[in-house]
Amino acid sequence: MEKKKSKHEFRGNTLPALVTVGPVTLLLLGLVLAPLIFVLVMSFCSTDEFYNVVYRFTAENYSKLVSPDYMKIYGQSLLIAFLTTVVCILLGYPFSYIIARTKNKKKKLLYMLVIIPFWTNSLIRIYGWRTFLGNSGWLNSLLLKLQIVSEPVDFLYKTGTTVLGMVYCLIPFMILPLYTAIEKLDGSLLEASGDLGARPIRTLFEIIIPLTSSGIFSGSIMVFIPCLGYFFVSNILGGGNTDMIGNLIERQFKSANNWPLGAALSIILILVTLILVKAYQKAGGDMDSLGL
Amino acid sequence: MKRVKKEKRKRRVSVLFCTLMYLFLFMPISVVVANSFNATKSKPYLSWKGFTFDWYIKLWDNTSLLQAFGNTMIIAVVSTLLATIIGTLGAVGIYRYKFKGKGLINGLLYIPVVIPEIVIGIALLTIFSKVNIPRGMLTLILAHVSFCVPFVIFNVRARLSGYDNSIEEASMDLGANRLVTFFEITLPVLAPGIAGGALLAFTLSIDDVIISYFVNGQTKTYPLKVMESIKSGVSPDVNALSTLILIGTVVLVALTQSGILSGGHKKPE
Repeated sequence: MEKKKSKHEFRGNTLPALVTVGPVTLLLLGLVLAPLIFVLVMSFCSTDEFYNVVYRFTAENYSKLVSPDYMKIYGQSLLIAFLTTVVCILLGYPFSYIIARTKNKKKKLLYMLVIIPFWTNSLIRIYGWRTFLGNSGWLNSLLLKLQIVSEPVDFLYKTGTTVLGMVYCLIPFMILPLYTAIEKLDGSLLEASGDLGARPIRTLFEIIIPLTSSGIFSGSIMVFIPCLGYFFVSNILGGGNTDMIGNLIERQFKSANNWPLGAALSIILILVTLILVKAYQKAGGDMDSLGL
Repeated sequence: MKRVKKEKRKRRVSVLFCTLMYLFLFMPISVVVANSFNATKSKPYLSWKGFTFDWYIKLWDNTSLLQAFGNTMIIAVVSTLLATIIGTLGAVGIYRYKFKGKGLINGLLYIPVVIPEIVIGIALLTIFSKVNIPRGMLTLILAHVSFCVPFVIFNVRARLSGYDNSIEEASMDLGANRLVTFFEITLPVLAPGIAGGALLAFTLSIDDVIISYFVNGQTKTYPLKVMESIKSGVSPDVNALSTLILIGTVVLVALTQSGILSGGHKKPE
């Protein structure tokens, strides 16, 4: 009897399990795990004079990674990513709060209006910023016309410009988790806090922010990490002055043709990601709130 | 009295802040839309020279741009389809069955979501070149499927978490086999999650720049064409196409939101 049952279970479950889980397993192993392992292998290789990859073990790429020039760019990357995250929180928090606490039907519309801009290709939107901020762009024309300035102001190619572009690209990833967290907030707690005599500022720091910190954490992860890799933003708005680690990697693969060095630089990004995600989990963060 | 006044001031500050935020969010898009109607002929196409539809007409002569847009649509449709099928099956299987390596699969799902896209892009490039897959449509589709599948799975899984297994048992007890039960019971219940995942996969695919940039070979997609044109100044017909795409997506999503595409399914208020 027992045996018969297990045979039935085998026929009953193995085939459907294979059909359902098989394709995704193949995909994840072949197109996610294998490529990443291969990047690790390549980071220990070198190139010959024709830029072909030579598969012989060497650690020289890693010794190049600590050069002062590169160190400066890592610092710059962390600074830009940090500033981007902070600005996203400062702008995104009150904004999500207002939208999430809107009571009437307008709420859905306000929410959709946040998402609509992101259906236009990100490159063209960043280019829109360059057009707006350029020497003969809209902003400078306006400032000249109003005689606020007598000469066009150089807005472009500064750290601040790149941060602006990054904030612009990444702020939805901050707003969405914040919105979710704030929407769950129980309004009666705020009333209770006020009724018990707490001033609004105290309610904010002792009730609202602690209860919505999950949104701040997951939003920060989803802004900080991709920011390090968004090479096109610093290309278009930073004009080479605000290179980040993403730009270094892009160059190794697209122009300098030193794939092993590019692979080693990517390992840094992978490590940074792993460390931050581990820290996020330690702080009680839920991996599922990192999706979209 | 004082309280009412204070509330009023608070409201005004909120409205002002939100207006500024929406201005910030819509600013670069208005540049794109405005320049698509700008009658200027000289680069860098900045100053306003009057209203024209010329760029929308000229767009039809820009065959390489239209072809790139065609590629983007083919890639988006094919990879959304594949990602949705693989992702839906995977979500159901992972939810229902116990198997070796389940933890690994669950962990791997998060990689495309958290790792910077540039790393995924170069990793795929190196492996495609190692196993000699010629880069082009095929590698673009493979890459897009791989980063879309996790998002489909997360969407379907969210739907599965409130799923009652007993209705499937009831279906089988009443004599339906596994396949019939899957198509008649499981799929309809999961449909909103599947639709949400597919829509997300589609938008991720048409907007992807970074990963496509590394695996495209000679094949150009619309975002890559934009990237190419940025060096020399984006021409107004690119703005015209972008405007058309924006209008298309807004219409598509408005339809989905109003329930026409999602089969009239509406969440209770």
